[in-house]
Amino acid sequence: MTRLPWFRGLLVTALTVTLIFLTLPVVAIFANAPPRELIASLGEEGALEALRLSLQASVTALAIILAFGTPAAWFLATRSFRGRSLVITLVELPLVLPPAVAGIALLATLGPGGLLGGLLEDAGLRLVFETAGVVVALTFVASPFYIRQAQAAFEAVDPTLLQASRTLGSGEARTFLRIAVPSARAGLLTGSALAWGRALGEFGATLVFAGSFQGITQTAPLAIVQRFGTDFTSAIALSAVLVVVSVVILLSAKYLSGSAGKASDARA
Amino acid sequence: MLELEARIRLGEFELNLALEVAGGKCLALAGPSGAGKTTALRVIAGLLRPTDGKVRCGGETWLDTAGDIDLPPEHRSCGYLFQDCALFPHMSARQNVAYALPDLSRQARHSRASDLLERFGAAALADARPSALSGGERQRVALARALAREPRALLLDEPLSALDSSTRSASTRELESLLREAGVPTVLVTHDFAEAARLADRIAVIDRGRVVQTGSATELAAEPSSAFVADFSGASVLSGSASPGAGGLTEVELDRCGVTVISTDPPVAGRVAVSVHPWDVTLLPEPASLEGSARNHLPARVVSVTSIGSRVRVGLDAGQPLSAEVTSVAASELGLVPGRPVIATWKASVTRISDL
Repeated sequence: MTRLPWFRGLLVTALTVTLIFLTLPVVAIFANAPPRELIASLGEEGALEALRLSLQASVTALAIILAFGTPAAWFLATRSFRGRSLVITLVELPLVLPPAVAGIALLATLGPGGLLGGLLEDAGLRLVFETAGVVVALTFVASPFYIRQAQAAFEAVDPTLLQASRTLGSGEARTFLRIAVPSARAGLLTGSALAWGRALGEFGATLVFAGSFQGITQTAPLAIVQRFGTDFTSAIALSAVLVVVSVVILLSAKYLSGSAGKASDARA
Repeated sequence: MLELEARIRLGEFELNLALEVAGGKCLALAGPSGAGKTTALRVIAGLLRPTDGKVRCGGETWLDTAGDIDLPPEHRSCGYLFQDCALFPHMSARQNVAYALPDLSRQARHSRASDLLERFGAAALADARPSALSGGERQRVALARALAREPRALLLDEPLSALDSSTRSASTRELESLLREAGVPTVLVTHDFAEAARLADRIAVIDRGRVVQTGSATELAAEPSSAFVADFSGASVLSGSASPGAGGLTEVELDRCGVTVISTDPPVAGRVAVSVHPWDVTLLPEPASLEGSARNHLPARVVSVTSIGSRVRVGLDAGQPLSAEVTSVAASELGLVPGRPVIATWKASVTRISDL
């Protein structure tokens, strides 16, 4: 074994700096907000409403993402077709799109004068400045986080299990539901957590596409920005709540995918 | 009756097979790894579509590339035992079996799965996850699952390779009786000639995508069509009754031969199989002086003489079939022709004993 104390020192320094840089701001939120003040400012009008709206819109968006994204990811994972890599790139596009641009793009598509605006109007649907618009923005921005993970998880399923299911008389649909989804559970859970976390923190696309109207489109991140100029304590209080919710999501995803991973590792 | 014709490119060679298995019979596809054996099973099951081919089973056409018929796997009635059993890890043993019975009600499914597990001696394992089962137990569950739908053909991919030697002979016996009972055409894939000889009625030796010879184990060992088959069809297998002999040796009284042979394998008692490789068997003219170090002498009659290059494979009848391999020169000096009486002799140290 070669001993490189200076290199080891370098690694430890790098990790320490990274850790401090990434966690200190989060710690500072709680340091700046004494618990009593925190709770008091949460009781203030609009704060709880923003949180409720955030949870409601992000959960709805996640449900839509799961319903469409899971079969789409299965298709991408199991089929080879012309233009497959182009399709995958297009699905991943929202990952690199600046959120404000995503909002503008949604306006240009679904807004009153947009590409599909006329169709929506005929159907009596209004998205801009509506809660439904928030859901659309969150779904747009968060989908790729789930689809990427789900596709990778499906690709990692032992193909022999899928073949065994077919020889046992099950068609592709039953094989997908009963074998592929449970086998890919760990990856699907991780993907859901990532997408949910992203949706919960979404700001730019929502602001541009749906606006920031209290009780209708003002999610927690929007409420934080609005308060930040006038009432810093209340902004900090809302931030602290979001941090707690995010940490809970992260930890439960790690725990769930960890135990699911163990179950599928112990494979026959 | 199960019929297969298939042509498909496999890496650097082409798989080109035509096989037929009658109901209740077992055909072994034997050959080295990568010869295309498993590919043949996948084509039958519908997991792989060949460039050209036909699969017919019991008068039903499952695949006909010319007629554009290609039933999906779930519509072919095939019981497929995968090499690693492919049990679903997130289901219990009983749920694995019940999975094959989707058309029954929940309750009927449950009780039928329990019955099947019991039939395979795995009733006690019904609630266990596959990860908690041993190799032999997993295989029983997988067999119960594969047979749950009462398939019209049975495909077995290396059924014994995953088992350790202690469960191997018991599993072989179970498989043997199962194949007799199931009564459907069975295709067994193996790289082990002894396993093929034990379980199959006929053996098709495959090399690089082609059947090089088909026949019973005895025929292949006695009259191999090529050096490849000669090397592959390793040992002759003789049955007999063992008893512990002097000096830590095992004595085996061979059935129908009237002779006792000696092995250096650890002493056992009861019914056993004695195996010896053809190239370890020396032939002496009859009458012979039985001097020398070889302990085992078996009077036999030459049945066939097959030349494989500079070697000659000699098929013998000693009450049980046995093969010897000698050089062409020795064969002509000994005047080996069918009907000639000889003494087959080999050393105790090359005599292997296994459970029957």
